[in-house]
Amino acid sequence: MRIFTALLLLLPGALWAQSVPVTYDRLLHAAAEPQNWLTYSGSYDSRRFSKLSEINRSNVKSLALKWVYQLESLQKPETSPLVVNGVMYLTQPPNDVVALDARSGRAFWIYQYRPAPGYKVCCGAVNRGLAILGDTLYIGTVDAHLIAIDAKNGRPLWNTTVADYTVGYAITVAPLVIKDKIILGVAGGEYGVRGFIAAYDAKSGSESWRFNTIPAAGEKGIETWEGDSWKHGGGPAWVTGSYDPELNLTYWGIGNPGPDWGPGQREGDNLYTDSVVALNPDTGALQWYFQFTPHDSSDFDSVQVPVLIDALWDGRARKLMAWANRNGFFYMLDRTNGQFLGGHPFVKVNWASGLDANGRPIETPQPAGEPVFPGNQGATNWYSPSYSPRTHLFYVSAWENYSSVLVFAPAEYRAGQAFLGGRAVPPILGAASPSIRVTPINNYTAELGSGAVIALDLTGAPRWKFETTAVTDAGILTTASDLLFTGGREGYFYALDARNGKVLWRAPVGGPISAAPITYELDGRQYVAIAAGHALFAYALEH
Amino acid sequence: MRKIVCCLALLGVLSALQAAEEHVGTYAEIDIERGARIYFSGCVLCHGPNGDAVPQVQLRSNHFRHAVSDEDLMHVITSGIPGTGMPANNLDGTDQNGIVAFIRNMDQRLSDTTSAGDATRGKLLFEGKGGCLGCHRVNGVGSRTAPDLSEIGLMRTAQALMQKLREPQSLILPINRSIRAVTRNGTVITGRRLNEDTWSVQLIDSKENLVGLQKADLRQYTVLKTTSMPAYKDVLSEAEIADLAGYLLSLKGQN
Repeated sequence: MRIFTALLLLLPGALWAQSVPVTYDRLLHAAAEPQNWLTYSGSYDSRRFSKLSEINRSNVKSLALKWVYQLESLQKPETSPLVVNGVMYLTQPPNDVVALDARSGRAFWIYQYRPAPGYKVCCGAVNRGLAILGDTLYIGTVDAHLIAIDAKNGRPLWNTTVADYTVGYAITVAPLVIKDKIILGVAGGEYGVRGFIAAYDAKSGSESWRFNTIPAAGEKGIETWEGDSWKHGGGPAWVTGSYDPELNLTYWGIGNPGPDWGPGQREGDNLYTDSVVALNPDTGALQWYFQFTPHDSSDFDSVQVPVLIDALWDGRARKLMAWANRNGFFYMLDRTNGQFLGGHPFVKVNWASGLDANGRPIETPQPAGEPVFPGNQGATNWYSPSYSPRTHLFYVSAWENYSSVLVFAPAEYRAGQAFLGGRAVPPILGAASPSIRVTPINNYTAELGSGAVIALDLTGAPRWKFETTAVTDAGILTTASDLLFTGGREGYFYALDARNGKVLWRAPVGGPISAAPITYELDGRQYVAIAAGHALFAYALEH
Repeated sequence: MRKIVCCLALLGVLSALQAAEEHVGTYAEIDIERGARIYFSGCVLCHGPNGDAVPQVQLRSNHFRHAVSDEDLMHVITSGIPGTGMPANNLDGTDQNGIVAFIRNMDQRLSDTTSAGDATRGKLLFEGKGGCLGCHRVNGVGSRTAPDLSEIGLMRTAQALMQKLREPQSLILPINRSIRAVTRNGTVITGRRLNEDTWSVQLIDSKENLVGLQKADLRQYTVLKTTSMPAYKDVLSEAEIADLAGYLLSLKGQN
């Protein structure tokens, strides 16, 4: 019996892998175990960069499909899977969880969750993924619950109500584990919610702290809201933040103010909407903030992934934060204190002529009826960027030459109803602009917007650009072999040379990609996985 | 006699001036069109073609029992009204926007026949002197090389149709642009673009073949900025253009 067990452990591709819980220490050093993918962005610095290099610029052309897992959902997958010791965990929209054999795509178990009828999500019942600590998975749901699930058998361990879904709160973000807490933010910026980021005890699910993204009467920042407008001021946080363990700060992007297009109903800068906030993960205390778009009128959520980089800046080593914002500007901040270091547009921008010395936009409001660049969906959005410490380049999925005409209409807040204050319409009457709706037919064509992967150096200067006909919602993965993996709405998954943007490999996946790729290693073989259409695809080299 | 090359790209030809006017305080044409399709395929069963079939509700004049704002309308559409025949509808945000946009513009859509002429005379022009069937198709008759016009009456106002007939060159919906491709062996393919991505394009060619091309296989690929549809101000009188518009307005689909 002992011999039998020992043999199985020696076999490559054994049916079970050694069970090692995902401790906080492993999360701290996630980049050092590139065979796994332990957090939403792969590591706390959110670079979505892997040290794996078996697949390289020479052999990537022989990358082949190893398996496909078809999702039992017609909703758009935005999930970024986790991989732990040979097991892949992914969410199936809206809120099912699936554990797969990462070698074969065969399922171990499926946790099915039926959200309460009547949940409200503006833009699709999506979910971006899971967090793991120990042997427990954590998922936020569209009806605003946080659920802990046993990673071994898919059984729910606890279920905490985070917020009231009937007034428009939802959770689409992949949670972030820091120490013994599960941290997440809410969605609901189109329903006039008051946004927040909160932490929950990993064992019990009880709330540890809550940071309201909109200050209340008597709190600092309330002076940036006119009258009672803060009460329905929005400020959701629906993309996973980052963490610097040395500074003990977690960074989260905050979404649009409410109503989206009703700036006249909320005079002031509207803190902390369209900002990045740096919080103490133990207490939720605000350490600093930087607001990208004060008094937003374009729905420029700042819910991008904060990318943490340590590099020389003006000749001295600094702790940096790179941020390609939905508003069209690329920013570099000092993440110790939020100091603005530099910023430039990375696509066509006409709502501001530039940034002042403090990083505040120098606004150039466009006349009524005239197109605003970038348009409502922004220059980029939740799509995960990547930073490679080898090329020292920051990579972002961008919408280029894209605009909207903004139409304002007063909105009255009614609980649980859309609170928009107007709408965004295409600049050409009768034509479709690229929008959040993804269809197999590109009927806007490049005349109304196109896509690109843009490589920026740390000053924000473009180094290269790979242009696509359709806009892209896909995230980006880079590897130590200088490969860049991404895709887009056109239904292709492809690899670029991260040094120059040249296409090295391309595979049809038959449906749009609105998720970010991950990579992992099993039995000495590197895999790359991506959710596309309504399936999860895994590729590896032919051996 | 000049042969009329009739690529009446009515779906695609738009007035920039009108675009500027209609944007301020109004709704996206694409939303109105989407809403019209949804309305006439579902809502019409209870609310009727004029939006007045439910007592105390006049959709066309925007007289509602349970709604004032657009947000109210979306709520009624998605949640229904308990105790009445109004059901909850499982529609995504784009479709909700569409229905609201159509309802807000319903009266204009249905009543904007002031400047349009006689539909019967217009049909004769469409099928005869105008030569429109040479490129367009209506209810299964005519060419497929230009957009099908069987539902154009749901999508365009009389004013917009007449402007497009007079000046088709003014603006073309980007997707409807003609393309010209030359393969490596010199074969020239022309047609109307149906879909495009970075590496391929799908089109209907001048012989109504559905053709898919890989751009890497082409020696030349050009998206034409002009339309081959004639400017009817040079071909038809203003009265005839009005009649033609009247006919087009009457086209609201067979279903």
